[in-house]
Amino acid sequence: MAEQKVELFARRLDRGVQQAVHSNSAAGTEKRYTVLGTDYSAPDDLRRLAGQIRQHAIEHLDTYLEQAEQSLKRQGAHVHYAVTAEDACRAVSDILQKAGAKKVVKSKSMISEEIHLNDHLGSVGIESVETDLGEYIIQIDGDHPSHIVKPIIHKNRRDIAKSFEREGLGDYNDDPETITRRARVFMRDKYLQADAGITGANFVSAETGRLVLVTNEGNSRFCLAAPKIHIALVGIEKVIPSDAELAVLLNLLGRSATGQQLTVYTEFINGPARTDRPSGPQEMHVIFVDNERSQILASDCREILRCIRCGACLNVCPVYRQASGHAYRSVYPGPVGAVLSPLLAGKNFKQLADLPKASSLCGACNEVCPVDIPIPDLLLKLRNRGHEEHAPSPGTPPMGAFAKLASSPMLWRFAMKSNKVMNLVPLEKLPLPYLQPWLKTRTLPEWRGGEFRSWMKDRRKK
Amino acid sequence: MTHSPSRPNGRTVQLMATCLCDAFFDDVAKATVEVLEHAGCEVEFPENQTCCGQPAFNCGDWPASREVMRHTTRVFEGDKPVIVPSGSCAAMLFHGAPLEFEKEKDLPTVQKLANRTWELADFLVNGLGIEKWPGRFPARIAFHRACHTRGTGSGEAALKLLQSIDGLEVIPFGEAEQCCGFGGTFSVSFPHVSSSMGCLKLEHMTASNPDFIVSGDMSCLMHLGGLADRGGQPVKTLHFVQILQSALHRHG
Ligand code: SF4
Repeated sequence: MAEQKVELFARRLDRGVQQAVHSNSAAGTEKRYTVLGTDYSAPDDLRRLAGQIRQHAIEHLDTYLEQAEQSLKRQGAHVHYAVTAEDACRAVSDILQKAGAKKVVKSKSMISEEIHLNDHLGSVGIESVETDLGEYIIQIDGDHPSHIVKPIIHKNRRDIAKSFEREGLGDYNDDPETITRRARVFMRDKYLQADAGITGANFVSAETGRLVLVTNEGNSRFCLAAPKIHIALVGIEKVIPSDAELAVLLNLLGRSATGQQLTVYTEFINGPARTDRPSGPQEMHVIFVDNERSQILASDCREILRCIRCGACLNVCPVYRQASGHAYRSVYPGPVGAVLSPLLAGKNFKQLADLPKASSLCGACNEVCPVDIPIPDLLLKLRNRGHEEHAPSPGTPPMGAFAKLASSPMLWRFAMKSNKVMNLVPLEKLPLPYLQPWLKTRTLPEWRGGEFRSWMKDRRKK
Repeated sequence: MTHSPSRPNGRTVQLMATCLCDAFFDDVAKATVEVLEHAGCEVEFPENQTCCGQPAFNCGDWPASREVMRHTTRVFEGDKPVIVPSGSCAAMLFHGAPLEFEKEKDLPTVQKLANRTWELADFLVNGLGIEKWPGRFPARIAFHRACHTRGTGSGEAALKLLQSIDGLEVIPFGEAEQCCGFGGTFSVSFPHVSSSMGCLKLEHMTASNPDFIVSGDMSCLMHLGGLADRGGQPVKTLHFVQILQSALHRHG
């Protein structure tokens, strides 16, 4: 029988990697739980409030996006719109080429991963360096992030030390402090040489045009210290009505993502440098990227656009802990990815329609999500869509016969009783393709179909 | 996942035994009847009941699932509380069904059934107002809060009753929020991931040698029990209602 792709990946996954992903994720879950529980008496109420804020924002996106554009322009920023990933890449390279920029430094941004920006910049001869340590390691290894907050959760320090040695960043040394120091020295030059800094944005306030960036390494500040141009790539769903909502959202983001009350750096960017505020890049461009988001907004899975990319659902997900991020074959892994990735695939939905199946529907993701996204419901809706579109789904039993049986009580009762023969044959020998994967690692209890029904009948007679 | 706050809590109830109890776990269904009767209920068992349709729902075959659910709504007509000794089948009735009927004309029928549905522990504690369970059950147990009771009052309710039983000790274990790995058809289409999840769960739950592994869902227990059995280190599993029943018997 053909195998589900996530299952296959998990089965072949190196045990060391799996254990690293598991322990790191479990620690993240634990920390989040402790910090939220210590700081708030009713964290779930806060999550629901944040969910309402984000739901309101995406349901009125047309208004807020326009407002954000006006506010950003008022601050002196240029605003661009990109419908597709290619449009977004081109918008970036156009700005850079017009300014004669050859070197850029980047801070971590999932949307730049989503549109494969680095590949594009490389193809037009622009050097782009990732400055988040994890992302930098991913870049020199030609690898992909396996977690949206901790991109190298699947690597250990020995791997990293080897990569640094290979890149000429000193002799082999796997001491974390040495690795960090070497990266810092290397980055310093890059920051100083760069013509432009590229960032994402965690939030954009429609009211003020304020762009909010959170990091732990402070690298995004350096990206905007020396370069003359700042380009921010922003998914259209990142817009929030006003600065006031940040009180709720920022308090939840750090705690959910890394168990920190607040990330080490929280930057509020109000447009490019001006005479009254001389520091920072002289030119600021904000590129709002759609890339299938308006389709998602129009669909019955729009709640996924509330996501603030905290990664808590990955950490708590038992399937993610077994399979790691690369199993999801897309930029966004874990529960959020199992919903978002097939949707972002647009007309290639079917190619990733297996992802929503890679879940026991345990609901832990919804329980930790700071914006209360009903992820299991969305997974189910996408399974239904996959079924309607005849997406391949190996190992999923057909349900037609079951439905017939379960809607005809006579047949059902007969089956309950007659299946007792199962107790007499070795189940492993039965030609039931969907029973065998169960029996390989699990036994089945004795069949006792009909017993309760007759007991109940006798009881009623008494 | 939330549930209608105002559900009927009359003393004449309809039991949905679930297909797993119908096929394998008659003991659990019997215990449910006895426990409900002890709590002063009259238990009706609509003979034509089959399954809640969850397997098809989870597979994404919603038309097939709706066919089963339509049958179920006909079987459980009326306005009495419907009691289900399983968190996941109860959640199918009160949460899954309204979801798969969102765009269907007969959504109100399904919603009506949803509003009458109770998971067993939730009903005993929050429906009937029982705070303490009589009797004695001298044992140390590890209690797995079945995943489909997240966001409902069921897990807490079951724990409350269990902890009130004389002699019973509920012992904590690591990564308690994690799933047992069953997930219905997930367990056959992702056998490796599912079994690995289950083994990890077992490892945590058995770490301090409890006498029983307990849950409010036979599907979790069938999975964990089956894994332990195949792995050559069998564990004793019990539905919490079996403990309530045993405690009564020891009460005399
Ligand atoms: S879906 Fe929720 S938990 Fe997952 S990354 Fe997004 S905001 Fe965080």
